[in-house]
Amino acid sequence: MSVVRTAKAAGRPNWLVFDKLGVLIGVIAAAGVMLPFALFRANRIVAGEGRGLAEALPSVVSAVLIGALVIGFMGALFRVAPSVKLVAGVLALIGLAISIGWSARYLTPPEDTLARVSPAGGFWLLVLAFALLVADALIRLRPGPWLRITALVTVGVAVALLLWSGTWDDLSILREYANRAPAFWQEARAHLVLAFGSVAMAAFVGVPIGVLCHKLQAFRTVVLNGLNIVQTIPSIALFGLLIAPLAWVAANVPGAAALGISGIGTAPAMVALFAYSLLPLVSNTVVGLQAVPASAVDAAKGMGMSGSQRFFGIELPLAFPVILTGIRIVLVQNIGLATIAALIGGGGFGVFVFQGIGQTAMDLVLLGTVPTVALSFAAAVVLDALVELSSVRRRR
Amino acid sequence: MKVGSIFRLLALVLLIALLLRPETFAGLFALFAGPRQPPIYNQGSLLELTLNHLAIVGAAILASTLVAVGLGVLVTRPIGAEFLPLSRALAQVGQTFPPVAVLAIAVPVLGFGTAPTFVALFLYGLLPIFENTLAGLTNLPPKVTDAAKGMGMTGWQRLLSVDLPLALPVILAGVRLSTVISLGTATIGSTVAARTLGEVIIAGLLSANTAFVLQGGLIVGLLAVLIHDGFSALERLVLARNGQAGAAAG
Repeated sequence: MSVVRTAKAAGRPNWLVFDKLGVLIGVIAAAGVMLPFALFRANRIVAGEGRGLAEALPSVVSAVLIGALVIGFMGALFRVAPSVKLVAGVLALIGLAISIGWSARYLTPPEDTLARVSPAGGFWLLVLAFALLVADALIRLRPGPWLRITALVTVGVAVALLLWSGTWDDLSILREYANRAPAFWQEARAHLVLAFGSVAMAAFVGVPIGVLCHKLQAFRTVVLNGLNIVQTIPSIALFGLLIAPLAWVAANVPGAAALGISGIGTAPAMVALFAYSLLPLVSNTVVGLQAVPASAVDAAKGMGMSGSQRFFGIELPLAFPVILTGIRIVLVQNIGLATIAALIGGGGFGVFVFQGIGQTAMDLVLLGTVPTVALSFAAAVVLDALVELSSVRRRR
Repeated sequence: MKVGSIFRLLALVLLIALLLRPETFAGLFALFAGPRQPPIYNQGSLLELTLNHLAIVGAAILASTLVAVGLGVLVTRPIGAEFLPLSRALAQVGQTFPPVAVLAIAVPVLGFGTAPTFVALFLYGLLPIFENTLAGLTNLPPKVTDAAKGMGMTGWQRLLSVDLPLALPVILAGVRLSTVISLGTATIGSTVAARTLGEVIIAGLLSANTAFVLQGGLIVGLLAVLIHDGFSALERLVLARNGQAGAAAG
């Protein structure tokens, strides 16, 4: 990670040298300012017409926004300290977040419940540009795991505040939400149950299998080859293939139907997600256990620890960060895959995505997509931090 | 390994038979179809769908290989070093987007059909290839790179005749991973009307005909296993040619 310090050209101070990434961010941001900022549609299906920055906002607000964008722009372009870049980028993003809600209120004619205002290409490009700036500054600051979690929580609280205050209420995606708030929370619960439930089940089964694979060479080859094949089955096919056997179980095993097992719905989705999670968990457990240094095991033997004491006291704790990495991989993967469960009636945010595709209603698609992406991003940040925490403790 | 290769050969024969003479298996698939349902997919040719599927995946992976290797080379040169940490983080964030979401967002811009599927597969293919290119180019044996420098080779010469050939097996492993993932993901493209094998599976889901789902899934699975093996063999070949055979793993 060598950040190349270009030599001070012609005696200029260090900060006056252009930042290469800053130039890229500047180009993206400039394109964003040129393109329409918000998209106005007479109703949710028709094609929209773009509104530029100047017409999408009252002139005072657009002046303030442009001020914030210029600060972000300067922060990106010059070689200032990463913390300054971070503040500049965050300011620009806050300005964008507030003004898109304002724009929606401003553009929607009063008493018009059909008109839709959504962010347009220009807004997204501006967000991308300054998100790049913030991301780059954050990476250069190298925050520790706790700081990263704190930053995530802060962003979450900020978004919750914006939602609660009603700043975004006139945006098209929240209009869709307002029309189906109870369904949204029901599908959210289904999505969480599918993603987290399948990972929890896979962890309970996969880690012991991984331990067995570590101990028995022959077993390892068979299990890992078998699980590799499961991974090659496309997700929608695996969901579909489980319908028949589970319908059979529901019909023929007493009590199964009472437990909620049936051919369509949550059960096949859960089993499919579980099957996909096994390979990364088993193989990470094996890799983690194999990487335990022999000297540590020998030392434990020398201290007279029994087999199970060695395993639970030495080997498993040492392998834990690698196993946790496996859990991170499958959790992020399953939060995404759970959207497909909607195809077989398993619920989750995918319901909105597929309904939206069917009705060509983009806002509805976004209502399903945005929470899914936010959820998997948050899961990735938190678990990465946990992995780092657990491996730091190991090194001490 | 012997038993393995017999197994692969059987898989290849099964795949070809399934594509050219699907009706041979009607009896088998009838076990999974309902009494009045057709056991073999009858709304199009399986062979044509398979070729289309492979074409979309192939084009997308080719594009992601070019872009990802290009970026990987760029950020490991001094001129692009500033972009290295950010590009790595971006590729990882990109992976948290579910494929369905990418498809759904691409549809309004690109319309229904092949284009949004291509974009989703392209974006999804980038990360594994990019990560492996970085791993390959940053873990070169210092002795070799020093020798190349000592011989007075220029940056370009070192890149083309030393660095890239040595990193090739690792890059190929990334391409293999991306291809296998894309083969499965392409089926989701049929939810936005791309002509892939997902059509067979979705037709099965819609008419509650497990035989269709099984056929689509089986063909995709066989393709994935065979392509996976093909790439692995290619990797071993390159390793052997580079004289890195000792380093061969997995």
